[in-house]
Amino acid sequence: MLRNHARLMRFFVDAHDIIGRKKLQKMIYILKKIDVPFDEKFAFHFYGPYSEELTLRVEELCNLGFIAEEKQDKGHYFQYHYTVTDAGTAFLEQAPDDLPVCYDKVNLLKLQSSRFLELVATLLFFDDLTKDEAEDKVKHVKASANFIKEEFMSAWRFIAELRDKGANA
Amino acid sequence: MAYRDQQLKEEKVFKDPVHRYIHVRDQVIWDLIGTREFQRLRRIKQLGTTFLTFHGAEHSRFSHSLGVYEIVRRILTNFQGREHWNPDQRLLCLAAALLHDLGHGPFSHSFEKVFKLDHEDYTKAIILGGTEINAVLRRVEQGFPEKVAEVINKTYEDKLVVSLISSQIDADRMDYLLRDAYFTGVSYGHFDMERILRVMRPLEDQMVVKQSGMHAVEDYIMSRYQMYWQVYFHPVSRSAEVILTKILHRVKELHEAGYLFKHEPKHFLSFFAGKVSLVDYINLDENIVMYYFQAWINEEDEILADLCDRFTNRRLFQYVEFSPDRQIKESIELYQLFEQIGLNPEYYLVDDSSSDLPYDFYRPGEEGERLPIHLLTPKGDLLELSRASDIVESISGKKRTDHKLYYPADLIERLPDHQPEKVRIKELLGIG
Repeated sequence: MLRNHARLMRFFVDAHDIIGRKKLQKMIYILKKIDVPFDEKFAFHFYGPYSEELTLRVEELCNLGFIAEEKQDKGHYFQYHYTVTDAGTAFLEQAPDDLPVCYDKVNLLKLQSSRFLELVATLLFFDDLTKDEAEDKVKHVKASANFIKEEFMSAWRFIAELRDKGANA
Repeated sequence: MAYRDQQLKEEKVFKDPVHRYIHVRDQVIWDLIGTREFQRLRRIKQLGTTFLTFHGAEHSRFSHSLGVYEIVRRILTNFQGREHWNPDQRLLCLAAALLHDLGHGPFSHSFEKVFKLDHEDYTKAIILGGTEINAVLRRVEQGFPEKVAEVINKTYEDKLVVSLISSQIDADRMDYLLRDAYFTGVSYGHFDMERILRVMRPLEDQMVVKQSGMHAVEDYIMSRYQMYWQVYFHPVSRSAEVILTKILHRVKELHEAGYLFKHEPKHFLSFFAGKVSLVDYINLDENIVMYYFQAWINEEDEILADLCDRFTNRRLFQYVEFSPDRQIKESIELYQLFEQIGLNPEYYLVDDSSSDLPYDFYRPGEEGERLPIHLLTPKGDLLELSRASDIVESISGKKRTDHKLYYPADLIERLPDHQPEKVRIKELLGIG
């Protein structure tokens, strides 16, 4: 019961806190792409892979009081900060999740900027293409982001590192 | 004359209850409509299981697809000659609008969940594969099928083109809201689309709405909100969806266990194997699925037979509100009680949340999360809708989510009144 909610709660417990919905979206997408079994469906949106299902499920977890959401007004936009509550911890004890251990991967992702995660997630979205084709595609669909060569190289290294952690998990 | 520019000698029209008429002049569009892959959409209902709640909701993805095409056609007429609009993109927009739902399968949400499929992958596969659709698109120009697939996949480089079909106020949503309201017969869901189309303006990478048209957009947002709760998340439709999903799980489980079906699920075999070819995918429609469900009512397996009977003859599960924050212990106890009375809880005690639904309502979101609706001020600035509209702000700021537990009330009632498990189950469900 509530298997998908429990999986997300495990992610939040592992991450301790998350600043920014964009970062949250990209983290879950990247984890999913390295075979962490999240069921949320993603599609490509203006800012890269995005899941409406994930947005809704996080809202549910907030409404249930399992995670706390703090909204900060940044002038022309809002930023959201998520932390696990005691009720959330209690829920996870009663409804254990079946997520494989991915504490290392979650925290490696958490250390990255949301811009970098956006690049990684978008490259992974085009993982049916060659590296050159994927980079080319990212330059077209995210022209305004102006990703530079060094960022692409870091992103590929990061993807390899994540996959390596996946293989060794 | 190049195929892409060929016009029909006389305009063709489809009579449509939502848009009155759908106008076709382009030979390419006419040819696409005539393909077998597009005609297949007549056999896929737009609202899946909703017809079991609102009996009028039998409309198909075929009529919705024509509707989206018509809305885009009207938007482009309005865009003609405006700054930022490249008229060379016209046919691409129309083709993408028409074909955007091509990969939907029967009861697609349930199928996608159970068999881990994505209809968007199949849309792309149909457009790029050896299909009649692909043959028509290839005649337009080299690389045209790829462009259409990219627009639908939202990865096309011209984001203005993408936003016509996929954004917070796009032709897809406008058509399905009006069409679903019409066919369900509900009074909400209506808004002044003509007004919205008149105040839409192209910008570099998105469609925006003139600030003077804000009230028409408010109406659209309200419609979306009301349709979400009143139609899309209707608990009776959700009950049917729960049963449908469980049928698919059961038949897959039986197949994997080597069960000998009286009526072998031939059309499902590649779905079970996780290797669904394009041919198999296109061949499965809702008529065929319903045929199997009716045949499986006579299976030896009691669970499969019962679930199919429930879906076919509308003997749906009952439901109670469920608060996971307060009732998780109770739900675990219920699960055990169901096992004790011989009802497999995996099939007969099902939780359903609002996040399980493939629809949403408007939220402005965070910067970089998803693109909101922007109003164009008289000075030429952009203003996020909920910052200008109190009505939208109040809806998008008020989060509402929902959880329910579904169960077969008739099977519980059938137990002897004095049986302790029955008494406790009714107590926990709050139906005693």
